[in-house]
Amino acid sequence: MPDSTAVLHQEEDRPELLHHFADAEQQRDASSLGMWVFLATEVMFFGGLFCAYLVYRRWYFGDFAAASKSINMALGATNTAVLICSSLTVVLAVWAAQTARRTLLLVSLAITMLLGVTFLGIKGIEYRDKFVEHHVPGASFSFEHESIPGHPGQYANPRHAQIFFSLYFVMTGLHALHMIIGLGIFLWLLIMAWKGRFTPEYNTPIEIGGLYWHFVDIIWIYLFPLLYLIDRHP
Amino acid sequence: MSMEIAIPQPVERENYLNKKYGVWSWLLTTDHKRIALLYLLSITFFFFIGGFFALLIRLELLTPAGDLVQADTYNKLFTMHGMVMVFFFLIPSIPAVLGNFLVPMMIGAKDLAFPRINLLSWYLYVIGGVLMLHCMLTGGVDTGWTFYAPYSTNFTNTKIVEAGLAIFIAGFSSILTGLNFVVTIHRMRAPGMTWSRLPLFIWAHYATSIIQLLGTPVVAVTIVLVAAERALHLGIFDPKLGGDPLLFQHLFWFYSHPAVYIMILPSMGVVTEIIACFSRKRIFGYSFVAFSSIAIAVFGFLVWAHHMFVAGMSVYAALVFSLLSYAVAVPSAIKVFNWTATLYKGSIHYDAPMLYAFGFLGLFTVGGLTGLFLAALGIDTHVTDTYFVVAHFHYIMVGGAVMGYLGGMHFWWPKISGRLYPEGWARLAALIVFIGFNLTFFPQFLLGYMGMPRRYYDYSHMPEFQVLNVLSTAGATVLGVGYLLPMIYFLWSMRYGKPAPDNPWNAAGLEWKTSSPPTTFNFEEEPVVTWEAYNYEELDSPDKDAPHSEEVPVAR
Amino acid sequence: MARNVDALYIFLLIVTGMMTLLVFSFLIFFAARFRHRPGVRAEQIEGSTPLEITWSTIPFLVFMVIFAWGAVVYFKERTPPADSAEIYVVAKQWMWKLEHAEGQREINELHVPVGRDVKLIMTSQDVIHSFFIPAFRIKQDVLPGRYTVEWFRATKPGVYHLFCAEYCGTQHSGMVGDIVVMEPAQYEAWMNGGSTGPLSATGEKIFAELGCSTCHRTDTQGRGPNLQGVFGKPVQLEDGRTVTADENYLRECILDPGAKRVKGFQPLMPTFQGLVTEEQVNALVAYIKSISATKPADGAKTSASAAAPLAEEKVQAHGSQVQ
Repeated sequence: MPDSTAVLHQEEDRPELLHHFADAEQQRDASSLGMWVFLATEVMFFGGLFCAYLVYRRWYFGDFAAASKSINMALGATNTAVLICSSLTVVLAVWAAQTARRTLLLVSLAITMLLGVTFLGIKGIEYRDKFVEHHVPGASFSFEHESIPGHPGQYANPRHAQIFFSLYFVMTGLHALHMIIGLGIFLWLLIMAWKGRFTPEYNTPIEIGGLYWHFVDIIWIYLFPLLYLIDRHP
Repeated sequence: MSMEIAIPQPVERENYLNKKYGVWSWLLTTDHKRIALLYLLSITFFFFIGGFFALLIRLELLTPAGDLVQADTYNKLFTMHGMVMVFFFLIPSIPAVLGNFLVPMMIGAKDLAFPRINLLSWYLYVIGGVLMLHCMLTGGVDTGWTFYAPYSTNFTNTKIVEAGLAIFIAGFSSILTGLNFVVTIHRMRAPGMTWSRLPLFIWAHYATSIIQLLGTPVVAVTIVLVAAERALHLGIFDPKLGGDPLLFQHLFWFYSHPAVYIMILPSMGVVTEIIACFSRKRIFGYSFVAFSSIAIAVFGFLVWAHHMFVAGMSVYAALVFSLLSYAVAVPSAIKVFNWTATLYKGSIHYDAPMLYAFGFLGLFTVGGLTGLFLAALGIDTHVTDTYFVVAHFHYIMVGGAVMGYLGGMHFWWPKISGRLYPEGWARLAALIVFIGFNLTFFPQFLLGYMGMPRRYYDYSHMPEFQVLNVLSTAGATVLGVGYLLPMIYFLWSMRYGKPAPDNPWNAAGLEWKTSSPPTTFNFEEEPVVTWEAYNYEELDSPDKDAPHSEEVPVAR
Repeated sequence: MARNVDALYIFLLIVTGMMTLLVFSFLIFFAARFRHRPGVRAEQIEGSTPLEITWSTIPFLVFMVIFAWGAVVYFKERTPPADSAEIYVVAKQWMWKLEHAEGQREINELHVPVGRDVKLIMTSQDVIHSFFIPAFRIKQDVLPGRYTVEWFRATKPGVYHLFCAEYCGTQHSGMVGDIVVMEPAQYEAWMNGGSTGPLSATGEKIFAELGCSTCHRTDTQGRGPNLQGVFGKPVQLEDGRTVTADENYLRECILDPGAKRVKGFQPLMPTFQGLVTEEQVNALVAYIKSISATKPADGAKTSASAAAPLAEEKVQAHGSQVQ
C-alpha cells in the first residue's frame, strides 16, 4: 500500500502527472490517443459537408465551375502556402520542445500564430470581395451572365451557383473557426512555454496541439482544390 | 431532567459520497462516480419531462377527435417527446450514468482518462438541456424529432435554430463521453486486464463509443446546415433553389440510425452482466458476444437508408439497404441466443435485476423481430410512417434499452449508494413495467398494419382505431406507475435502506472488489488481474471464505 | 397487389412467431429447470463454435429468403404497368389535388374504375407529403421539385381511406381523403358528368399561349427540339450524357432549361419557373406525352421524327425516381 508521503513526493516532483494515471507514459499515451480520436470526429464533421459538396458538384458541374472561377485562386494558393509553412513551424516547435531549445520553441510557436493570423487575414479579404461582388448567399445574391468555363455562350444557373457559395462559406467558415480555436490553443501553449512548463520529458500539450494544427492544415489542403480549382485550365 | 444517551452509530467509512460535502464539491468534481450521479439527476429529470409529453399524447389519442389540445400543440408534443427522449435521455442514459460510474472500476483504473473533460461533458449536456427547456417553454418545435427539410428549413415558424443548437451542444457531450471511454479502455486497463478478460459491459461501451464518435459529428453538421438554411436562405435542401430534400434525409439518418445502436448496445452490456451473475456462470460464447457488439457498430453505419424506402430513392439503392439491414440483424440474434444458452445449466436467481433482464430478452426479441418486417421492402411500403414503426422502436428503446437501464440501476445500486433497495417493491415494479409496456405498445403494431399513420392528432376519419388507442393509453398509465416506483424506493433507500456489503451479489468483476460505496480513487492499490472474466466457479466454490458462500447471491 | 403484401406479412408472422416461440420456450424452460437449488452449482460452459455458426447461418438464410421475397414484391410495387391510366397529383398543405388525364379535377378524392391499372404521377407544392392507401398496401412520398410515381389496380369496388403519411405541419392529420373505386359503367357515368376536357388538351393550349411552339416546331427548323415522339425516348445532351425523356426530364426542361440541354441546340430557352403552376406543368407534360409515337388512342401522330440525334444504345435509365 503506497503511503501518502510517497504520493506527495511524486506529485511534488512531477506536478504535471495527473493523479489518476499510473505513470507519465500512460498519461502521454492517453493524451495522444485522445487527440487522434478527437481528430477522427472532426473528419466526420467536415465529412458531412464534403458529402453535400460532392453530390451537388456532380449534378451542377458547369455551374460549380463558373462559381469556382470567380473566387480568387491566387489568394487561395497563397493561403495554402501559408498553412504549409505553419505546419513546418509546428514541427519545429515540437522538436524544439523535445530538445529543450527554449528560444526556438517560443519563436516557432509565435511564427505559427503569425502565419495563422495571416491566413485569417487573407480569408477576410476574400470574404470581403465576395460580399462586394454580391456572391454571398441570401437576399442580395446575384450571379447573372457568368459563363461556364469551356462552354462559351452558356451561362451558369444562379440558383446552382448559390449552392456552391453556400457550401463555400459554410466549409471555409467552419475551417476558419477551427483556425481561430487553434490560435487560442497556441496562445496558451506560447504562454506555458514562456513559463518554462515544457521539458524534454513533458511536452505532450505541444505534441497534441501540433496534431490539431496539422489537421486544420490538411482540411485546407482538401478545401483548396475542391473549391478553387474546379475545371481550371492553364 | 433525564439524560439523553447517544446511541453509538457505526463509524461510516470514507467513500466518494461523504469525502467532501457542499454544492461546489459536486459541481466542480472530477470524480467519475460523482459525475455519474450528476448525470443520473439530469437524465431522470428529462425522462420525466419526455414522459409527461408522452402522457399528453396518449390522452389526446383516447378519442378520435382532436379535443384535448390544438393541432399545433400536439405536433409540438410529439416532437418534444422525441427530441427529449432521444437526445436528453436515451443517448446519455446508460453510458453517462452506469458507464461513467463503472468503466474505470471494471478495468481497474482510478478514473477515466480525462476527468475534467468528463465534467465538461456534463456541463455541455446541462447547457444543451437548459436551452432545450427554454425552447420548449417559449414555443417549442413542431417538426417531429426528425426535422425533415423543407418543412424545417422553409415552412415551420417554430424555434428550430434554438432546438438545433441545444441538440448540437448535447451532441458534443456525447462525443466527449465516447472519446473518454475509448481512450480509457485502450490505455488504462490494469495489469493483466487483457482485452479478452474485459467484462462484456466494457466491450458494449467500447462499441457504443465508436458510434458516438463517428456518427454524432454528422448530425451536428446537418444541424448547422439546417440552421444556416433557415437563417440565410441558402437553398442546400430547398428544391426551389436547386437543393435536394433527400440529401437532408441521407445526412440525418447517417447519424440517426447508428444512434439507435448507441441506445441499445450499452443496455445489452448491462443485461450480459446481470445474466452472468444471476445464473452464476460465465456468458456462453464470450468472444461471439464481444465481436457481435463491434459488428453491430460497424454494420449499423451501413443501413441508414432503410428509413427512406418510400422517400424517392432508386429501387437499386433500396435493395442494397434492405440486404444490409438483414445483415445487421444477425449479430443481435447471436446475442439473444448466447444469453439464452447462458441460462442452460445455470443456477438462476430471480432478483429484480434478473427480472428486468428477462423482460429485456422477451421485449427485445419481439422488437428485433418486427425489425425484420420493416426491412422487407414489400412490407415497409405499407407499414412505414405508421404506428407499426412506432411500436417497433418503442419495443427496442423502452422494452429493451430502458429495461436494461433499470435492471442495471438495481444491480449496481448497492455499489453506487451503499444501500440495498427493497427487493419486494422492486420485483413488483418490474412486473408493472412489463405489463404496462406490453399493453401500451402491442396494440400499436395492429394499429399500424391497419393503416393508422404516425403523428396524427385527430383520427376521426378512422374511428375504428379507437379501441386499440384506448388500450394503449391504459397501458401508458400503468407504465407510468411502474416508472415512478423505483424513483420512490431508490430515494427511500438512500436514507432507510439496509447498508450494503461490498459485494452483495457475490458478483464477478473488479467493481465489486471496491467498497460499497467506493472510495474516491476506487482501489486501495492497483489490481493485478490474473483471472478470466466471469469467474463464478471460483466465486461460488464452497471453500472460499465469502460472507455468503452457502447461499448466493443475497442482497437482503 | 395488396394480396402479395399480406402474403409476405403472414409469412413473416409465421417465421417470427416460430422464432419467438422457440426463444421464449427455451427461456422459460431454462429459467424454470435451472432455478437455483441449494447445493447444486452452475456448470461453466465456455461456448460452442459449431452452435454459434449454426444459429448465425440459419437465421441469415431465412433472412435472405425474406429479403428476396420482399424485394420481388417491392419491385412490382415500383414498376407501373406500361398502359396505366395516369392521374396527376399535386399535394399541398393540407390537401390533395388530383387531375385525371381526361381532365376531371378532384380534391381529396380519387375516382377510379375497378380492375384498371392506375398510375399516380405526384409532386408537391411545398413540403414532403406521402400518398398512403392502406387498403391497397401502398405508400409513396410526394416531393417538391420532382415527380414520384405510385401505381395500383383496385380489385373491389368501395371507398378506401387516403392518408398523408409524411408529417407536413399543422393539419397533417387532416390531409385525408377517399379513393372511390367504381364499377366501369358507373365510372363512365361519373366521368361524363363534367370535365374541362382532357389534360393534354389543356396542355396544348398552354403550349400555344406561352409561345412554346415558336421554338419547338414540328419540323427541324425550330430553335428548340421537335417534341413530337420525344417522350420516353433517349435524348443526347450537350455535355455528352444521355437521358430518357420521362416526366421528370420534361419538367426539368420547363423549369430549368440549362440543366440538361439537348445536344446541337443553343442555350436560348428561358425558364418558366414561377410562371407556371404545378398543375400547368402537369398539363404540358401530358400534352407532350400525347404527341409521342406510341399511343394512337391519344390521337397523336405516330411520327418518330425526334430532332435530337439519338444516342448510341447506351441509355441511362433515369426513371421517375431519382436516386
